[in-house]
Amino acid sequence: MSEPTSFYAQSPTPGDVSARFPDLHPAFEQTAAIAEAHRCLYCFDAPCMTACPTHIDVPKFIKKIATGNLEGSAKTILDANILGASCSRACPVDVLCEGACVMHRYNKQPIEIGRLQRFAMDALHESGAPLPFTPGADTGKRVALIGGGPASLACAAELRRRGITADIYDARPLPGGLNTYGIAEYKLPLAESLREIDLLSQLGVTFHFNTLVDAAKLAELEASYDAVFLGMGLGAIHKLGLTGEDMPGVTNALDYIAGYKSGEIATAPPKVAVIGAGNTAIDAANAAVRLGATEVTMVYRRGPEQMSAFSFEYEHAKQEGVKFLWHVVTAGLEGSDKLEALKLAKLETTADGSLVPQQGSEFTLPVDLIVLAIGQATHTEFLSGDKVKLERGRILIDRATGQTSNPKYFAGGDCTNGGREVVDAVADGKRAGIGIAAALEAN
Amino acid sequence: MPTLETTFAGIKCLNPFWLASAPPTNCGEQIMRAFDAGWGGAVWKTIGAPVTNVSSRYSSIDWAGQKMMGFNNIELISDRPTQTNLDEIAEVKRRYPKNVVIASLMVESNRESWHDIVKRAEDAGSDGLELNFGCPHGMSERGMGSAVGQVPEYCQQITEWVKEVARTPVIVKLTPNISDIRIPARAAKRAKADAVSAINTINSITGINLDTLEPNPMVDGKSSHGGYCGPAVKPIALNMVQQVNSDYVDGDPVPMSGIGGIGTWQDAAEFILLGAGTVQVCTAAMHYGYRIVEDMGDGLLSWMRKKGYETINDFRGLSLPNVREWKNLNLNYRVVAEIHADKCIGCQLCYTACWDGAHQCIHMDRTEGNVITFAGTDPRYAMHQANPHGMPTPDQRFAKSKSTISTTPIPKLDLDGLGELGPYATPLNRIPRVDEDECVGCNLCSLVCPVPDCITMERRDDPSITPNTWAERVAAGATPSGVPHENHGNPNHQ
Repeated sequence: MSEPTSFYAQSPTPGDVSARFPDLHPAFEQTAAIAEAHRCLYCFDAPCMTACPTHIDVPKFIKKIATGNLEGSAKTILDANILGASCSRACPVDVLCEGACVMHRYNKQPIEIGRLQRFAMDALHESGAPLPFTPGADTGKRVALIGGGPASLACAAELRRRGITADIYDARPLPGGLNTYGIAEYKLPLAESLREIDLLSQLGVTFHFNTLVDAAKLAELEASYDAVFLGMGLGAIHKLGLTGEDMPGVTNALDYIAGYKSGEIATAPPKVAVIGAGNTAIDAANAAVRLGATEVTMVYRRGPEQMSAFSFEYEHAKQEGVKFLWHVVTAGLEGSDKLEALKLAKLETTADGSLVPQQGSEFTLPVDLIVLAIGQATHTEFLSGDKVKLERGRILIDRATGQTSNPKYFAGGDCTNGGREVVDAVADGKRAGIGIAAALEAN
Repeated sequence: MPTLETTFAGIKCLNPFWLASAPPTNCGEQIMRAFDAGWGGAVWKTIGAPVTNVSSRYSSIDWAGQKMMGFNNIELISDRPTQTNLDEIAEVKRRYPKNVVIASLMVESNRESWHDIVKRAEDAGSDGLELNFGCPHGMSERGMGSAVGQVPEYCQQITEWVKEVARTPVIVKLTPNISDIRIPARAAKRAKADAVSAINTINSITGINLDTLEPNPMVDGKSSHGGYCGPAVKPIALNMVQQVNSDYVDGDPVPMSGIGGIGTWQDAAEFILLGAGTVQVCTAAMHYGYRIVEDMGDGLLSWMRKKGYETINDFRGLSLPNVREWKNLNLNYRVVAEIHADKCIGCQLCYTACWDGAHQCIHMDRTEGNVITFAGTDPRYAMHQANPHGMPTPDQRFAKSKSTISTTPIPKLDLDGLGELGPYATPLNRIPRVDEDECVGCNLCSLVCPVPDCITMERRDDPSITPNTWAERVAAGATPSGVPHENHGNPNHQ
């Protein structure tokens, strides 16, 4: 049921972990924020707004910072993106709003939109002012939302603003999904994710925690609600499929990141290897460094040109002192009661483009811990039968409304797009919330 | 090599840069430091019967993060004993004989008081006198300052009293707080003033404190209108300087010391081009200190070298013939905006400005396949309904952008190589296009464009057609004059 207490107050992150993960992009001081806001040209139909998946009216909120209307600035942000505070910290702005900024062509210095957005949102949080929106008049309609991550939260906010009951079912003890448990602490502290959800909860969203939705539970929900939103994200991280993968010293990036953020992991052993080269792999490698590992190596089957991490994430990892082994495959795990070393082999590309181990290239890398970050599986087993149409494990939706092949079901976020950014999930959830309201009204 | 040395109303000047009568010229110690910094002259803070000033005294307007775009004061004339000021004038002139010291004067409106102060100031060694007929606050309530400048008869009378005894040039400082500044200027000319200076500060309330509802500058919860100056007043000052310097009623124009928002060499050049022989500076020196004069000189000399001017007089007043009454402007001249796509950064400020603030002739349709041929018509004569081609309005374009579905690009799938940032070339659909048949040539787009030379105004009239003005059209009977009397009784329209 609805939590009477603040989620923020329940943040489990220990102080010494927070201290090891200071803000990668520090907050603006007021004078700096105002000077930066004045630099914005106030473009019309601004490309930053179009680039943002949630279409925040960036020039509008920035000009409000310049005029000292911080309350109006935060409202402009929240109206488009109810998780505007998280997104201001977690978004890869270089490829979104800031990447689209016309200033690249003016003086090569794009406006620091992410930091300005955080400035406006921090000001709202510090003011203690309520969420600047109220729930709509009760329509009597009810929607169940599976998963408590960004997609469901954004969807729930749109529903509540339209007077529709929003009940969120989540497997974890705290809301926010990957926004709370899965983003590097130096980008988005767990507590900040919770603080934002406290604000959103003022719309009257109901949370059911520690509730895993299986096929039976889904059938129950389907029968008792007017619509169901699927926002459960992806499943577990893939395994290597090697002998010894269950022994101590083998973990995956999501568990590792959630572990240190919630205080279950406080230190890292000296030698850590991360398998994979995506953004999550880099977050895990950097975390190992911050937690005290002295030698952190990333192991990837291809070269830096093919890595799926953003280039600025790669640069960040290099600055943290992470080492890279390119064109290498994990051939075996060595150790008796616990992991002691990785058996690696160099890969070469054959004429048909496939990667094969080079003869006699095997070598050993002594490690105390490996962190797997080679992509997540889907989590759709509970959608038994032909409940909704899937494609390679992803739920197919109409992008504009979030509706699935089953008119009672809507979906958004990682379970539909295969794993993108928080802001993409928020945009999906927002469109779905509006889509559900329209569908229920039409009925 | 060009020189800044010049002669103003018979006064030899090392350069045309004078500090105006104001706080930067409050005492000898300040003025000597100013001369060390390079100022050619200083008009002493107005000397008269000492006053008691209020606390606080100044307020300002900031704009878009810049401080003091406009500045306001409610300070009165010098609050120091007259003899102290005169003793210090003597000391400054002894130590800086080549720099100009002008005594600014304001005393009670009677002949004896003026005779007395003129003699004492000249005995102290001042190179000239400036009669403060412009101070708009406080002193005016006591029958001095702008209370004199606003009444031509008083202005003439006091100037005549001064001229009865003055041995040095007399400069009359004009107030802008009057409907036509030429009227007091003519009074000064009738009284044989050697020069005028303009403008003094403009009546102003700079703002209200939104917490306390009290105006600035606040004195125990209250304020009073002050005198406005700084960069914001320059255009007003330039207009008045031009008006006075183009006016031949009651005699040829006399030398003019230009004042009003001057802070750079460009400002100085513009005042001189409109006829000023020297320029006076206050706000910029109060903001940044005396050191600003170095670039004023350096920059002006550099510009003079490029233009081939050897002296200040070589270019003084050269822009005066280019200011005409509106009725004498060529109506057959026509320009249209040209957007240079290679320079455009895609901000669309010209687009929104043209639609909301001008003539709806800039469109965002380069990728929409519209083929619009130009008829070559002039929209001033071939009037159309608004938006003749039925283009989407800005609101419609904005709504379309808000309904697009955007996704964060994933390096491997959506970007080139290793998440290379960009592309940073302006997308074609963000580069506006001008419909020349609808463009009236108003300049607005080129004014709002942040990129130098991205929007230029290009000539489109037929050079073989003779220039034709409204006045000529009226004279030829081609258009009614529209006014029953030449000037409607308004002295501004003579």
